[in-house]
Amino acid sequence: MATEIIDIRLHGRGGQGVMTSSYLIAEAALLEDKYVHAFPSFGPERSGAPIAAFARVSESRFYVKTEIYKPDIVIVQDPTLLGQVDVLSGLKEGGLVIINTDDPNSEGVVNIKKSRSDAQFATVDATKIAAEEIGIKQTNTAILGALVNLTNSSIITLDSIKKAIMARFREEPAKKNINAVDRSFNEVSK
Amino acid sequence: MTRIAVTGDDAVALAAKAVNPDVVAAYPITPQTIIVERFADFVADGEVDTEFVTVESEHSAMSACVGASSAGARVFTSTASAGLMLMYEIVFIAASSRTPIVMALANRAISGPINIHGEMTDQMLLRDSGWISLFCEDNQEAHDQTIMAFKIGEHPDVLLPVAVGLDGFILSHAIEGIIPVSRDKAQMFLEGERKADLKLDTTKPLSIGLLHLQDYYMEARAQIKDAQVDAKRIILEVFDEWEKLTGRKYKPIESYMMEDAEYAFITMGSSAGNARTTVDELRARGEKVGLIKIRIYRPFWGEKIVELCKNLKGLISIERAHSFGGPGAILSQDIKSCLYGSGVSPLLAEYTIGLGGRDTLIGDYHRMYERAKAAFTEGKNLPISWMGVRE
Repeated sequence: MATEIIDIRLHGRGGQGVMTSSYLIAEAALLEDKYVHAFPSFGPERSGAPIAAFARVSESRFYVKTEIYKPDIVIVQDPTLLGQVDVLSGLKEGGLVIINTDDPNSEGVVNIKKSRSDAQFATVDATKIAAEEIGIKQTNTAILGALVNLTNSSIITLDSIKKAIMARFREEPAKKNINAVDRSFNEVSK
Repeated sequence: MTRIAVTGDDAVALAAKAVNPDVVAAYPITPQTIIVERFADFVADGEVDTEFVTVESEHSAMSACVGASSAGARVFTSTASAGLMLMYEIVFIAASSRTPIVMALANRAISGPINIHGEMTDQMLLRDSGWISLFCEDNQEAHDQTIMAFKIGEHPDVLLPVAVGLDGFILSHAIEGIIPVSRDKAQMFLEGERKADLKLDTTKPLSIGLLHLQDYYMEARAQIKDAQVDAKRIILEVFDEWEKLTGRKYKPIESYMMEDAEYAFITMGSSAGNARTTVDELRARGEKVGLIKIRIYRPFWGEKIVELCKNLKGLISIERAHSFGGPGAILSQDIKSCLYGSGVSPLLAEYTIGLGGRDTLIGDYHRMYERAKAAFTEGKNLPISWMGVRE
């Protein structure tokens, strides 16, 4: 039987911590005893260049080891990618798209919403949250609270993502990142 | 048991930490870098007792490994692609000096054009070197096989270096859950320190690495040949002991859904995960298809492959490697060689996939299957072709 796998594709730019985002999703899911495979699509590291990362999560063991071309969920960490990268490529019918933006009414966001009426779009100002809570505009944790909210904690819970952050960061930055996750959970607009 | 989230490189580094080798000499190269970085952390944090030799090149890394292993030390190193190419002279000396070095390889394409992504040709070229050569499907296997490699290589009936390959990026940089083996368990498994009969001992002086000309060279090489044969017995013993220790069962050649299979994929490494997924999907459609996974490439378990092929109509060989101008790719040449004269001769389709990190999707596996089956139905073989190359 086919295993129920949730495929998540993350888009961002080199240096924004897109890989860490995908790792944190996997680390949190593993804390819930799920099965995971998460990795970045690397080129030679280029700060600012568009990059993607992938996270597969399932309740049961799976074996597939390819990149993700038909995601259930797309996370866009950098709004300037809209119109430059086809972030919706292969998005499944009724899929979820989470966009980090300070302007949900911007041309880029409006256009992308128009292009897929079947999809569910949500926005959160993760850059502002990160700047205020962490002190740097690194959105890799600030976007994840929105993911938890929009998926009703079915992929990862707030509790497990916080534990994963505490395991990965030192105490002080961990606290700040956790605050960012909480705010993103509360401030995401559907 | 609780699984922890680690990349393939971390899984290998944690295995090396549990082993606590006497000496590590290594030079960083993508996508192996994390292994060396993590291990350097363990050294700096005093979590291992290892003498870490920070060499200036891979040629020196392997040279230091041969020296340390000759002195009787338990030795680990790691590299990939161009790093392995630079080591090659000493790689052969490691085998002929009978130094049981363990080397993790984050398998990567060989330049040129320059490329940092996954491919197995780097490790496949160890084929004729005398090294024992293992491949891993996932991070747990990378962790387990790194520890087992020491016990296999150091056995007095083997005394050969062992390479443990994990696909670059798709394993090396991918987070998966693994159950790590503790230092205590690893030490119990390895029965403490390496026990080398030949070592640096001032009371028993000896020479290593001497000139062998027409008089003795062939005998020295013949001993490697014999050790590769003996290694098969030792590998089975080590796998048995590992199962007793961890409950995880390993076989040199693994089979999946082969009982009633008419067709089968045969492949290595993480490609086996994709082939397994494809088998599940094809089985759901009623196709009688299975999977043969080669865990150990050298020594080659041809007899087991022949046995598994007995009732097959067609075999589909898939590998992330190539041999320019060769009669097939690299693995597929081995497969053909072991079937020749065995009385078992399924039709054969040969594919090279995924060079330089080119992704091969489950849909591609379906296409490879359908194309092969169409040829098999007409009673034909499918000669080597490269999947996913633009024309």
